[in-house]
Amino acid sequence: MNKFFLVAVHTYQTKLKAKAFLVTTAITCLLIIGVANIQPIIEFFTGDEKPHVAVIDRTGSLYGPLAKQANHNQIALTKITDMENEAKEAVKEGKWDGLLVLSMDAKGLPEAVYYANTIVDNQTPEELERALSQLKTALSAAKLGLTDEQMAELSKPVPFQKVALEKNAKTEEELNQARALVYVLLFAMYMFVLMYGGMIATEVATEKSSRVMEILVSSVPPVQQLFGKIIGVALVSLTQFFVFFAVAFAALKTSGQEVWRFLGLDHLPASIFVYALVFFLLGYLLYAVLFAVLGSLVSRVEDVQPAITPVMMLVVAAFMIAMFGLNAPESAFVTGASFVPFFAPMLMFLRIGLVSVPGWEVALCLALLAATIALLIYFGAKVYRGGVLMYGRMNIFKDIKQAIQLTKK
Amino acid sequence: MSLEIIEVTKRFGQTTAVDHLTLTVPEGEMFGLLGANGAGKTTTFRMILGLLLPTEGVIRWQGEPIDDSKSHLIGYLPEERGLYPKLNVQEQLLYLGRLRGMKKTDLLPEIDRWLERFHIRDYANKRVEELSKGNQQKIQFIAAVLHRPKLLILDEPFSGLDPVNVELLKEAVLDLKRNGTTIVFSSHRMEHVEELCEHVCILRRGRAVVAGALRELKRSFGKQILIIQGDGPFEQLARFPGVLQWKRTAEGVRLQIANEETAQAILGHIAGKFAVRLFALEEPSLNDIFIEKVGAAYE
Repeated sequence: MNKFFLVAVHTYQTKLKAKAFLVTTAITCLLIIGVANIQPIIEFFTGDEKPHVAVIDRTGSLYGPLAKQANHNQIALTKITDMENEAKEAVKEGKWDGLLVLSMDAKGLPEAVYYANTIVDNQTPEELERALSQLKTALSAAKLGLTDEQMAELSKPVPFQKVALEKNAKTEEELNQARALVYVLLFAMYMFVLMYGGMIATEVATEKSSRVMEILVSSVPPVQQLFGKIIGVALVSLTQFFVFFAVAFAALKTSGQEVWRFLGLDHLPASIFVYALVFFLLGYLLYAVLFAVLGSLVSRVEDVQPAITPVMMLVVAAFMIAMFGLNAPESAFVTGASFVPFFAPMLMFLRIGLVSVPGWEVALCLALLAATIALLIYFGAKVYRGGVLMYGRMNIFKDIKQAIQLTKK
Repeated sequence: MSLEIIEVTKRFGQTTAVDHLTLTVPEGEMFGLLGANGAGKTTTFRMILGLLLPTEGVIRWQGEPIDDSKSHLIGYLPEERGLYPKLNVQEQLLYLGRLRGMKKTDLLPEIDRWLERFHIRDYANKRVEELSKGNQQKIQFIAAVLHRPKLLILDEPFSGLDPVNVELLKEAVLDLKRNGTTIVFSSHRMEHVEELCEHVCILRRGRAVVAGALRELKRSFGKQILIIQGDGPFEQLARFPGVLQWKRTAEGVRLQIANEETAQAILGHIAGKFAVRLFALEEPSLNDIFIEKVGAAYE
């Protein structure tokens, strides 16, 4: 056990000290700070220039209320008395960003044409259109002689509620929150496996290619080594995640934005968090063992990527199915796939989060998952022990066979 | 109490790497394992270490099979250098020493002592990849002996070292032996084995063709070596009765002869014919035995 901790701590320390790791972490932190401050950054580059739009008001009554609205929306309107053609020339010359021509139609309702050099900028005309629509609604209402209450009644949305009849089914509110949580966790799981699975495989392959492995296997039992590595990398990932979260939190705080709101998870039962943890850990373990074993089969670090690609594909497939499952958690396909050990961590968790899954199904799934992991560890340790003694070109299936043969008598 | 290899066979599929090998290495002895490339030396070492399991037969250390629980008793220097290139020397040795069950506080003075002894103390904080090949080999050696193993396995310990460093390492090996360490080692250099080992075994295609105490082997080899230096001509000596082998050297010839009487006859034959500067009868070298038994030069 003592040696297991040694390996874990060693893995953790060397990874943490590695330049590549520090650089990646620093870059990601900068990105996080950048994203948190995206608003100020964009404003910094564009300046506080409001678009200046000239208005020719043929109605004589619309400009006043429209200018009020527009001012709200950060658009500067200026009423001009020029002829339309002259005004268009002024736009071409860059005196104005745009020209708005207001008129009344036959029914006495507002109409508008917006001229600009290009109509790439959607924002300004859309804002103007919205402001005009509001004016139009108010005008129509006034024409029809509607009171404010009648107006309010007209625009009120229909109360529409969804109620689940099944006893354990989740209420709509719960479901929305659960969906958000499930999505976040699925994504975290996906990122975690992709980012750190490769790290484990590379770590093992590096030790093998430097041949230090030959000394290691003669002093530490392979299972302890395997787990030392896996836990070591898990600690690295936790540290990295912690740094990211801390940076994100600090960045959001200092940029003074109100983005830092929790998802409002008060409606969710505590059990879902326990499940999240259990499936997350089992999923990590399952894939980590696979990656470590694959890393032990290759002789050079360059061979790691092709060796682990099939497993990466498996993770991507699981994530794709899960994304589909978010909207159809009860489909037979998702249900079936949730029992496949390689998909189970994501899919069974998704089902538990969104629909009520019978207890025996959860138990069966967990048992299958645990059995698969145990089996993988058993074979993994064998392949690992034999694999680290093999050097040469690779052919995964042949190598696995040969590695197991090496551990036999 | 000793290292016993009893009737050990290792097969990889169709090929037999080690074939019914039986060896006993008495405790505190130094044992030399010789053999051409592919003769099964490394496979034998790996089986002793428990990295590979024998197909048949048993290997015992002090009467018990060797497994992971004994790793603190065993030191191993692999043929290929196996170190973390990016770690500095001190961290490296600390980690490997701790994996063999030593405490950090015990290790630090020990590391210092060894680095001092090998004159590489200045490199303690350098990364291994920055060191020369010879210095890396010294680090590798320290890693193998740091935890004061009872059984030390050295696979080609002197490769890549200059003569000065070879002496340095030899001294260290002899010191360990004096302190009671049982050492098994393989080497390309016959003279190293001859100088250090009491017992040797020559492997050929996984079989032990010669095994036993070196002195006994030489005695029972029968043939002797006669070295003559002088003006010559030496050619007719090739057909002299009792001469088994004839080899020209820079200053004369080196003859393998059947017995001492042949030497006397040759001395009588060449006396007065030409100037002789050296006429010496020698014990056969390990190399002679090796060539005789394996049928080809080692290198």
